[in-house]
Amino acid sequence: MARITAGVATSHVPAIGAALDNGKAGEDYWKPVFAGYDASKAWIAAEKPDVVILVYNDHASAFSLELIPTFAIGCADAFAPADEGWGPRPVPVVQGHPELAWHLAETLILDEFDMTIVNRMDVDHGLTVPLSLLFGQPDAWPCKVIPLAVNVVQYPPPTGRRCLNLGKAIRRAVESFPDDLNVQIWGTGGMSHQLQGPRAGLINREFDNAFLDRLIDDPEGQAAVPHIDYVREAGSEAIELVMWLVMRGALDPEVRVAHRFYHVPASNTAVGHLVLENVGSLAAG
Amino acid sequence: MADNAFKDIPGTTLFDSQQSRMGFHLNQFCMSLMKAPNREAFKADERAYLDRWPMTPAQKQSVLDRDWNDMLALGGNIYFTSKIAATDGLSFRQIAATMSGVNEPEYAQMMLDGGRSIEGNRSKMETR
Ligand SMILES: [Fe+2]
Repeated sequence: MARITAGVATSHVPAIGAALDNGKAGEDYWKPVFAGYDASKAWIAAEKPDVVILVYNDHASAFSLELIPTFAIGCADAFAPADEGWGPRPVPVVQGHPELAWHLAETLILDEFDMTIVNRMDVDHGLTVPLSLLFGQPDAWPCKVIPLAVNVVQYPPPTGRRCLNLGKAIRRAVESFPDDLNVQIWGTGGMSHQLQGPRAGLINREFDNAFLDRLIDDPEGQAAVPHIDYVREAGSEAIELVMWLVMRGALDPEVRVAHRFYHVPASNTAVGHLVLENVGSLAAG
Repeated sequence: MADNAFKDIPGTTLFDSQQSRMGFHLNQFCMSLMKAPNREAFKADERAYLDRWPMTPAQKQSVLDRDWNDMLALGGNIYFTSKIAATDGLSFRQIAATMSGVNEPEYAQMMLDGGRSIEGNRSKMETR
């Protein structure tokens, strides 16, 4: 059967992608950001996941205000990098896993999570920057990717509790897929940042680190935190952090922290990153 | 509409149903700038391009003036309005600086120093 072996959480700051694409990763400003991912790159090269379920949000690229799905799952064969106004990022086309994606969609809907099924969609920096951070600049991404887009642009996004429970349902659905697959789940976005208005540039290290602690040790408690706390304490765009709870819900109650990283700033944003392993799957070898 | 607690957060506009309804055409105009030919048409004659959209005169003026905070107040969403910035060749950091009333070097330095502090920025009730 397919198994979720690990979870990865990371910010998906567009400027990180631009720095990499424009050959600026070696500059003093960016060096510490990329260095924070060196251990994770080595880790994932050894883990070799077959599929990554990548939880992210679209930033008015694939979805305008015409259609705003709360949870959307990409079931296509492939997903092209979106043109976000500067031309598409020069990164490989993302290869999907339609069999597992459709299985997830069917299983989740029957499990009462009403997913929107997407058969054609371009993917923006929310999805491609995490891939770049973990895999660098290969000619092709080394695994299949199932995009799972969460609305965090139009208020209200799903609650933290709903996100955690979706993660739990994703795990059940993955484990009912017959093929032997090493599946990872990634949660992206955050950490503290505000991109709009007079309060732009807000960063809250204390909030971010408390969130990291609690996501690891007390996800049920973190899931009860209301939207207002994220927005007030960590900025209007920090609400993206609810997506990390989807990832966390798909893992064991107790996890091993393989890597943790935090850095300020990347452009307007605090960068946070976790690699979490399911202890159960470690024991199973 | 979101509950009033959000209105107590200084310098922040929550993109709720009210803002979304007000800003629908403004944001859809921004969305059109994702296509290169539309960017060219907008740049060639901004006023004429804006007149193709059923936006309010105030919304059109905020775009012409590049008044980023006004656009937000009139229903714009930052992920949409930033497409105007991209068309202008401006970075997110540049417009963030403008929205918060400082120049870009000052803003960049604030970020290097750890970002805008939460202290004094949680609530409009706080004394500065
Ligand atoms: Fe984002």
